[in-house]
Amino acid sequence: MALPLFEVARDPGPDFCGLLGLLDERGTQMVGQSTPVAIQGVPHGTTIAAVRFRDGVVIAGDRRATEGNIIANRTIEKVFPADRFSAVAIAGAAGPAIEMVRLFQVQLEHYEKVEGTVLSLEGKANQLAQMIRSNLGMAMQGLAVIPLFAGWDLHRNQGRIFTYDIAGGKYEEEAFYSTGSGGRDARATLRLGFRPGMSRDDVVRLATKALFEAAQEDSATGGPDLLRGIFPVIGVIDASGYQRVGDDELVTLARELETELTTRRQPE
Amino acid sequence: MSMPFYVAPEQMMKDRADYARKGIARGRALIGAVYQVGVLLCAENPSRSLHKVSEIYDRIAFAGVGKYNEFDQLRVAGIRHADTKGFAYARDDVDARSLANLYAQYLGQVFTHEVKPLEVEILVAELGAAGRESQLFHILYDGTVVDEQHFAVIGGDSDAIAERFAGAYSSDWNLQDALRACVAALSEEEHQLHYEDLEVAVLEDRGERRTFRRIAGGELQSLVGDPG
Repeated sequence: MALPLFEVARDPGPDFCGLLGLLDERGTQMVGQSTPVAIQGVPHGTTIAAVRFRDGVVIAGDRRATEGNIIANRTIEKVFPADRFSAVAIAGAAGPAIEMVRLFQVQLEHYEKVEGTVLSLEGKANQLAQMIRSNLGMAMQGLAVIPLFAGWDLHRNQGRIFTYDIAGGKYEEEAFYSTGSGGRDARATLRLGFRPGMSRDDVVRLATKALFEAAQEDSATGGPDLLRGIFPVIGVIDASGYQRVGDDELVTLARELETELTTRRQPE
Repeated sequence: MSMPFYVAPEQMMKDRADYARKGIARGRALIGAVYQVGVLLCAENPSRSLHKVSEIYDRIAFAGVGKYNEFDQLRVAGIRHADTKGFAYARDDVDARSLANLYAQYLGQVFTHEVKPLEVEILVAELGAAGRESQLFHILYDGTVVDEQHFAVIGGDSDAIAERFAGAYSSDWNLQDALRACVAALSEEEHQLHYEDLEVAVLEDRGERRTFRRIAGGELQSLVGDPG
């Protein structure tokens, strides 16, 4: 390995993906995307959601990965902090999705270190769109990655949500969104429960409920599992940055849902 | 056809070294010092935006003196090396020693083969983790590497500054003591430094992955003890 120095005209600047491309040409590195072969039986991640609230945005994902009708993993994590003020949640083929998140995380930090400034939230969202677009070939072979991106916009002082399609189309959501196999059910719950200007606690409760309702209808979505101690991953992003909601809070919320379900079954 | 004059290799190397040294001596000095819980990098640098000290990786920092465009190119190359290595393997596999060796190879190569040697002197600092000491790698314009456990001074007038600093140095210093000693060593009698003249950063564990932090403004003023 030699020091990665380039002629001025070919310098990749703060672009980490561009740097990997140049290093690939030199044949010193084997990272990034390889040629896809049609693969089946790959674990898929399922339901993810994001909701805006008064002081920021909440991003959540269930813990199940499925291979067809088999549960491939009960404890997979689909919500990742991308940097201090943003996070990505992933649905779709788990392998390429997790790799994309890893690349995205390095890309944001790389830009920050090289340039000495942090990318704007819009800039980060566009970066992610480019990565999804470059994955289109794999998506056509059944390895689609569909993330949700949420973060705190330091210029506008508000939380924002961005959604994507498999071709890298980027769309901003005003209030909430959910995608993945249980996305429709989760969206219905969010639509009924959402009010503008909600507090953090109410939105965390609503997101938990949305994933719970999705798990009721969709076999590929895992609900909170009090028996095994498995709870969704929920992250809160506000002016102070990303923070993961602790398991103790999630246990309490899961018990609330349990009580609700029990009373539904045995009305007075 | 014109014949080039014969120049003895000794003379050629000496000329190049003199050239590089002159360029470096024009720049202001910088101290890297290991203190009780971290590594301090303190440079005389009145600019707020053209940095001499910067972050390379989670526990690695870079400091350079001499020609800005030359050491900045090295800084960016270091970030690229660290980020690609951490991405290909794991974050724990990125270490300062291998980076220092790469810098040394490159500087040595340029010194002997290119028209002009690089007029830079750099420092690669690594914050120690479980069982490993903090380290400073001091790399000279010709590719010479020196590793230091305690402190290193680079840039113009570095010998005199190192002598002043060595007399006071203690590895048990807290940040404030270390910083004040740096300022005292960097200052001259007729040229006392104030907090506005300094660029300061530390590598320090705060329970986060990234340990690099710049210290500026009011925090720097109170640490240095400058009257407001």
